[in-house]
Parts: sequence; C-alpha cells; structure tokens
Amino acid sequence: MKFAVIVFPGSNCDIDMFHAIQDELGEEVEYVPHTADSLKGFDGILLPGGFSFGDYLRTGAIARFSKIMPEVVKASAAGVPILGVCNGFQILLEAGLLPGAMRKNRDLAFICKQTQLKVENNTTMFTTSYKKGETITLPIAHGEGNYYCDEETLSHLKENNQITFTYHMDNPNGSLENIAGIVNENGNVLGMMPHPERAVDCLLGSEDGLKLFQSIVRNWRESYVVNA
Amino acid sequence: MYKVKVFITLRENVLDPQGTAVESALHSMAFESVRDVRIGKYMELTIDKTNQNIDDAIKEMCERLLANTVIEDYRYEIEEVVAL
Amino acid sequence: MSLMLEPSPEMIKSHREYAAMGLTDEEFAMVENMLGRTPNYTETGLFSVMWSEHCSYKNSKPILKKFPTSGDNVLQGPGEGAGIVDIGDGQAVVFKIESHNHPSAIEPYQGAATGVGGIIRDVFSMGARPIALLNSLRFGELENTRVKYLFKEVVAGIGGYGNCIGIPTVGGEIQFDSSYEGNPLVNAMCVGLIKHEDIQKGQAHGAGNIVMHVGAKTGRDGIHGATFASEELTDSSEGNRLAVQVGDPFMEKLLMEACLELIQHDALVGIQDMGAAGLASSSAEMACKAGMGIEMNLDLVPQREPGMTAYEMMLSESQERMLIVVKKGSEQEIANLFAKYDLEAVAVGSVTEEKLLKLTHKGDVVANVPVDALVEEAPVYYKPSNEPQYFRDFQVMTNVAPVIDDYKETLVGLLSQPTIASKEWVYNQFDTMVRTNTVVPPGSDAAIVRIRDTNKALAMTTDCNARYLHLDPEVGGKIAVAEAARNIVCSGAEPLAVTDNLNFGNPEKPEIFWQIEKAADGISEACKILSTPVIGGNVSLYNETNGEAIYPTPVIGMVGLIKDLAHITTQEFKNSGDLIYVIGDAKTEFGGSELQKMTEGKIFGKSPSINLELEKLRQQQLLRAIQNGCVASAHDLSEGGLAVALSESLFRTNLGARIIVHMEAVTELFSETQSRFVVSVAPEQRVAFERIVQDARCIGTVTNNNHLTISHEQDGLLIDTTVQSLEKAWKGAIPCLLN
Repeated sequence: MKFAVIVFPGSNCDIDMFHAIQDELGEEVEYVPHTADSLKGFDGILLPGGFSFGDYLRTGAIARFSKIMPEVVKASAAGVPILGVCNGFQILLEAGLLPGAMRKNRDLAFICKQTQLKVENNTTMFTTSYKKGETITLPIAHGEGNYYCDEETLSHLKENNQITFTYHMDNPNGSLENIAGIVNENGNVLGMMPHPERAVDCLLGSEDGLKLFQSIVRNWRESYVVNA
Repeated sequence: MYKVKVFITLRENVLDPQGTAVESALHSMAFESVRDVRIGKYMELTIDKTNQNIDDAIKEMCERLLANTVIEDYRYEIEEVVAL
Repeated sequence: MSLMLEPSPEMIKSHREYAAMGLTDEEFAMVENMLGRTPNYTETGLFSVMWSEHCSYKNSKPILKKFPTSGDNVLQGPGEGAGIVDIGDGQAVVFKIESHNHPSAIEPYQGAATGVGGIIRDVFSMGARPIALLNSLRFGELENTRVKYLFKEVVAGIGGYGNCIGIPTVGGEIQFDSSYEGNPLVNAMCVGLIKHEDIQKGQAHGAGNIVMHVGAKTGRDGIHGATFASEELTDSSEGNRLAVQVGDPFMEKLLMEACLELIQHDALVGIQDMGAAGLASSSAEMACKAGMGIEMNLDLVPQREPGMTAYEMMLSESQERMLIVVKKGSEQEIANLFAKYDLEAVAVGSVTEEKLLKLTHKGDVVANVPVDALVEEAPVYYKPSNEPQYFRDFQVMTNVAPVIDDYKETLVGLLSQPTIASKEWVYNQFDTMVRTNTVVPPGSDAAIVRIRDTNKALAMTTDCNARYLHLDPEVGGKIAVAEAARNIVCSGAEPLAVTDNLNFGNPEKPEIFWQIEKAADGISEACKILSTPVIGGNVSLYNETNGEAIYPTPVIGMVGLIKDLAHITTQEFKNSGDLIYVIGDAKTEFGGSELQKMTEGKIFGKSPSINLELEKLRQQQLLRAIQNGCVASAHDLSEGGLAVALSESLFRTNLGARIIVHMEAVTELFSETQSRFVVSVAPEQRVAFERIVQDARCIGTVTNNNHLTISHEQDGLLIDTTVQSLEKAWKGAIPCLLN
C-alpha cells in the first residue's frame, strides 16, 4: 500500500507520519507538496499535524484552498482512505470533507499530553484492529481541538455511527460530547485530534496508534483482494 | 476604491471561552456592570473597483474564507474612498 | 523619523546625542579617534549598538576568558552562532542558550516567543537541524497579578513559537523568588544535530561575493534592542514597547527549511542570523571574522515600511531574517531556492577587500567605518570588584537545622513550594513530542531525545540554584555545573559540554561585579574538573528593577551523550522489592535550602559546600553502574533534600517505599548537601552495584502499597502517608497559586 503525506507550508508532523508508515508499518510512503496537482498512484492519503500557513485566520482555513485539495476531495469521493490528524483534521473540517468546526480549547491554552480515548466505533476501515469500547492512550498536542457542530449534525453523526473516538474520563479541550475523532458518512475519511503517529514505538511511551495504521492496510488489502 | 471593514464574531449560540475569561477579568477589576463579552476578529480590506458588485464580492469572501459559518457570523461596512 | 530630522555630526557631539544611544563621552572620543573625524548619525548608531554590552561583552570579556572552552570533542567553541561537539559517527551536536529578559519584562508573550525564535536561528545558521528546545525561567513569587500575568504570558509565548515551528520543548527549570519580581528571566536553549561536513560559519569570504538579505522584510521593530538589553529596567520602561519585536514562527519554519536546503548548496559562503543589532552586527561580524569588508546599498534592503532611514534599517531587529554571502553569479539560483518557500532573498551588497563597512542610501554614503573598529575594538572594562558585607555576615553564621514539629506536614509543604512543585501546568502547554524522538519528556532530571537511525540519544538539562549563588557565588557557580552534570548522569549519559547564560545585575556596582567574578571562577573550576568545556553562551547584565538586582543567576545548559539506548534511566522507581540507596551522606546544610525559605521566609547563612573531586568520582561510579545495567532508577538529590527526592521517585508510579534513616532526622530528610543521589537497584544487582558505587547506603525498599513510610532507627515513625496525597499537593500547587 502506498501512502501520500501531504505537506503544507507549516506542517510539522509530516516527518512523524512518514516514519510511522515507513519504519513501523513497513509500507511505501511519499511526501506530496501542497502545490502538487495529482494524487494518482496513492492508496491512502495522510494530512499531518502542524500549523499550516501559520494557522493564521483560522486553523486549516488557508490550507484548504491549496492546489492539492481538489485532488483530496476527488479521492474522498472515490473511497480512498484519508486520515487527517490534528491540523489535518482541522483542514478536513474547513474543506467540508467532515462536518463541524474547531474552536479554541476550553481553557484557551495549548495542551500536549497523553490522553485516554475510547474506541466508539471499530467498524470503520481505520479501527477494525481495535475492540469496540477499548481504551487506548494517544497523545494530543493542540490549541484548537474543541470540536463543535449543531444539534442536527450531532444527531446525524450519532445515527450513522460516525463518532469514532471519544475522550475517556477527562475531556481535555471541551469538545462536544467528548468527541476526539469522527469519520464521514462513507467511512473513508477520518479526522482526529489525537496523534496515532506519535504512538507507534514503545520507546516513546505508547504503541496504541499502530493498530490504526494496521487497520487501514489490512482493510485496503482485503478490499483489494476482493475487488481484484 | 473601497475600504471594507469586516467584523467576525462567534455565533450567538457558540460558547466563547475567550470572552468569558475577559468578562470575569473585568468583573475582578470591579467593572461589575459588564454583562457579556464576545471576542471576534476585525479585518480591513482595501479593494479596487471592478464590474463585480462589491456586496456580492465581500459576501463570497466572508462565506468562503474569512468566516467559518459553522461557528462564526460576519458583518461588514463598505466605504468608498478616492485613491491617492 | 526622516533623514531631515537626523542631527549633524556637530550636533551629535555638541548635544551629546550619543549619550542617549548608550555611548559614554570617552567611548565617543574613541570613535572620533578611530575614524579621524566625528561620526554621522548612522555611524554613531552603529557604534552604539556594536559597543553595547549585548554585542561587545565589554564588561564581561575579562570574565569570559576564565572559562575552559576547548576539549577533545569540541568542534566549535564560543564566537559563532552556537558551539559544536562531536558525538561520533560523523555527527555532532550544536547548542546554545540565550536570554530575552528585558523584552519579556515589557511584553512577555512576544519577548519570550522571539527569544525562542532567535536561539533557533543561531542553531540552524550553523547548518544544524534544531531537534529540541529547553528553557530556564525566573519570576517573582506567584503572589501578585503582575507576576502571574508575566508567568502565564511567557509560558504561552514560548509554547506559541516552539509549537508552531515544530521543535519539541523537552525540558527546562523554573524558580520563583522576589528578586525577579520586576525583572523576570527568560533564557531559551536550542539543541541541534549536524553532520560534520555541513558545519557553516558566519564569514564573508571572497571579494566580489554577494551579500543577500533573506527572509522577512526589515521594519522598524526593536530598534536599539541591543542597547535596551544593556540598561536597567525602570518603571518607565513600559513605555519602551517600541523596542520589542513581534515573532512569526510560521515565517521562521519556512526560513529554517530553506536555510537547511541552502546549506547543501555549493554557492553558500557564509550565513548568520540577524539577531541583536540586526543588519549592523551580522554584516560587520561576518566581514570581520573573514578579515574582509562589506559594501551595501540600503536602497535594496526589502523594507516593510516606507521612508526608513539608514539608521533604522541597520539597527532594526525585525525577526526571521538571515544575512548570507553567496558566490558571485549565483544570486538568481539562490533567490529561486528561497522563492520555493515563498521567501525573499535579495542581493544588497558585496564583499570587499578593504576592511570597511560601507553603506550607501539614496545615492549618499551614509556610513564608512572599519569593521574591526565596530567588532573587535570596543573598549574592554575591568570593573572594580568588592566583596559585599552581606556575604561576610553569612559566612560567619553557623549551620543549624530548622526545628520541625511534623515531618509529614513539612514534606507536603516542601512539595507545594512553587520551585519544587510539579511544572506540569507549564510543560503541558509545550509540544514536547513533535518529530517523535522525545524518549523522556519534561519532568525528569534531564530530557532525552533519541538520534533517529542510531542507537544513541542525547540528554539535556538547564540548571541553576540562584539561592546558593546569592549566599556564595563561587560555591553556587560550582554547584550549578555539578547539578547539571548530575542530572545528565542520572539519565545514563556522559556529560559533553556546557552553554551558559550569565544573568546578573548592574556590573558597574562593585558588589555585583564581585558576584560575576566569583560565579565565573566557580563555574570555570567545575567545568574543568568535570570535563565539560563552555562552548558558547550569552551574558545578560543590568537585570535590575529600580536599583534592586536579581540573584546572581548563571544558568547552565548541559548536553550529554547516551551511547546505547539501553542505558536510558529515569527517576521513577520501577519494581516492588527493589532496594533503595542514597549515595552520599547528608550534613547539616540548610543555607539557601527550600526548608529554610519555607520556615524562615528568607535565606541566609552558608551555601551547601561542594567537593568537586568527590562529585566527579560519584558521577563516574553511578554512570558506570547504569551502563553495567545495575541501576533501575536514578534521581539527583536537590531542592528539598532526600524526602522530596524519594517522593518524586514515586510520583507517576503506583509504588511505595519503606525507608529507615539513622542520623539526625531533619538533616537526613531535608538537608541539601551536594553530590548525592537516590537510586533503586534490583536485589539481584545488589552485589554488582555496591562493588561499583562506594558511597551508596541502602536505606529501604520499594513496595507496592503506594505509601511512603519513613522511620528513624531510634525515634521511630517520622512519615507515613499515601503517595497519592503527596502527589496531589505537588501537582496542585502551581495551578492553585494561579487561580
């Protein structure tokens, strides 16, 4: 499976995403600059964390007008797995690929720490290697992860089982319904604030993120075999 | 040429933690009469005259980029100025 | 300000305009003498910033000479953007610490943020990829709203810059004391990694080569910042906000990536950060170091604001700019390289044989001065030094242990002292893990960052207990270095070298100069004995508010090398049943201790003593024990003494400890006697450990009941409490003071 890590000016978790795929997963991965106009040949698309365009105006607001974004939208429609982490999630929201919006953290400060998450939905292509209801530890590092959407959207998210991860016990940023990650209706676009790519090596404190990437690869392989 | 002032604020029903923090700071400074503080963004745009309707152009800018209408409201003031 | 308002050379002299820029009458006369004429306004500005303490070290040069700066592994000592130490396999570590105290006192968020930005540029200007940030902060007691405001904003500013640029902030230290109330200290350290062949220098070689202005445009920010940093703060300094720059970490991220690409380009001759005194110091220093001159046409300098004068452009401290020298003819290629990152690189001048800094603006020559005069011929002052009376008074006091009723309450009280309490509130606001190499994040003795694709890691720390330095600057200086090395060793690393940030009061006062001198003596001796040369640093003097000096605070930044990831050691106890050792015995030493501060409300008496040879021996033995795999955990014994160190070894675990002490209880539990460690050892390693570490004494065992129980051989039970309740006090103290 071949992954693209989209690099926006100001992305800073691109290298972490790259190494998680290459070193820990052993899959192919390439950086793709925001100015590229094609995502041909990539089986998975990763939007990394960071401060794209300085997060000036709003997080992700400027990045979503990058040249590469129409290609991301196309890939989304084609069912390609797309994972946006942190700033990547914010960009997906601004681009309308996921519903809702991000606000400043409840306590107004940037927060970086390990958080406990609950796997709410283990049927998405990103989460099948987890158990439903399993508690995992992933780090967060953001100033604006306070997820918001209106009531109608929320009930829609619930009905469709789109809420994938929630904060367990302690909600660090004030997000609605403790939401930490959601998928789109199709289930092929996941946006999440916690960083699975920072939790793929025991030496650095947690390996709980590895299963997320393994799920993507396994499900891709299976569908590939089925379709082939 | 137009000088356009754009005001962006969080929607009424969206919690504004910055505003809440400022409100309680003002209260602690004995400005007890303060009832509500909403914090937003203010932008100044200088725009050349074109064939496009200026109102339509500003609205599009606000809807597409300047504001995130999921959580933000916007309003604007247009002033026509003579280029120097 | 426009050219028309600038005073003529005659007026500068007759109206003593130079004095307002920071030059003394004697210094102005020296300038006239060197030039053979009276300098014009721009030239006077150049001399005033280049001869400021911040750029010339005119008051501290005699002090800096004391430091050992060379060693087998030192590839670059003081004098360039940052020092460099070889770590084997063709790699080297680059690091430096720098202060941004005065800007942070005036505008804490931007002051702290731009301090971080500046030190990052120093490191990547050497050609290194920055891999970690640390800091060392000092504030007044967290009592009044101004101090709380400064604290919150400085922390937010450090995070704001480091988080955005994507370099993890992995460590630091913070102390609170009333002497810093009006003059907080904000020291930032950056550590980078480089291949030997990529090492760059800030030198303008090759007549005809092209000088380029790179990165952000030049605006009117921070004009005279270097001079501002060399003056005392007064109540009217608030009005001086004009001198504070605004940082743009997004721009710096692009600039960093572009410069790291540029390093690989054959056309690059020299590169230097435009830091303090901006274009003036970067151009003059690059020319001087190469023995050349530079000619610039200031009309070509990218300007953010219209109508800037030569004086303003040369002295501007706009952030996120670099000055580079490239081979003639490569300008377009270099401009294209930067354009890929949406950055401007503009040719503004060239290197000349004649060792002059020659500037033209709007067709006129606005400055023409020898670069050596600006950079090397600043006066050097040997300030008078005088041993203060307070020191003599302290020295004759006898050491007594404070009287304590309740040991448990005392321990809880100590854990709640802001200097000891958990700094989680602070470092949770920093991205400590971006780039996924942080093995040990903030909160341990030293932070550890692995070196990807090797089996090695770097340990890093900042340290300085200024209370000891106040009581005795020489001994305190030794302790600062020793404690830093102790932290490095506890993590399983061999100490490599030091970067220091000398924060002191006004050196024109003989008592302050005495502190500087003595502290430097202590640091030098410790660095020699512990084999950690000083490879660079920064001097920040005039840290006074309305005549009151800060405690002498020479912050030591130290980096160590872990040769095998298996050696990585942390302070937390690991397994129930492990034996707990303390290395070194306590003496009745409470001068400057946390217990003295807490019980007496002030500090006095003698600082704890230190024997550097003994320190070295214990460090070497402990490191050998760690490398031999005999040590489960190691923690240095510092503020608060043994009881605090034991508590800290239990936090973040579900374990407990049962301890029995023998000597006088207050001294055993709370004395801050130096050169000591708390270590835990698996029972099967007991013999091997004791064979290596001579002064280790087994005082108890790790238990699984989450209780800390400390008894005295004769007096019986002293403390029996849940670790949870101690941890709660320790974690809650700072948030509680802030709310």
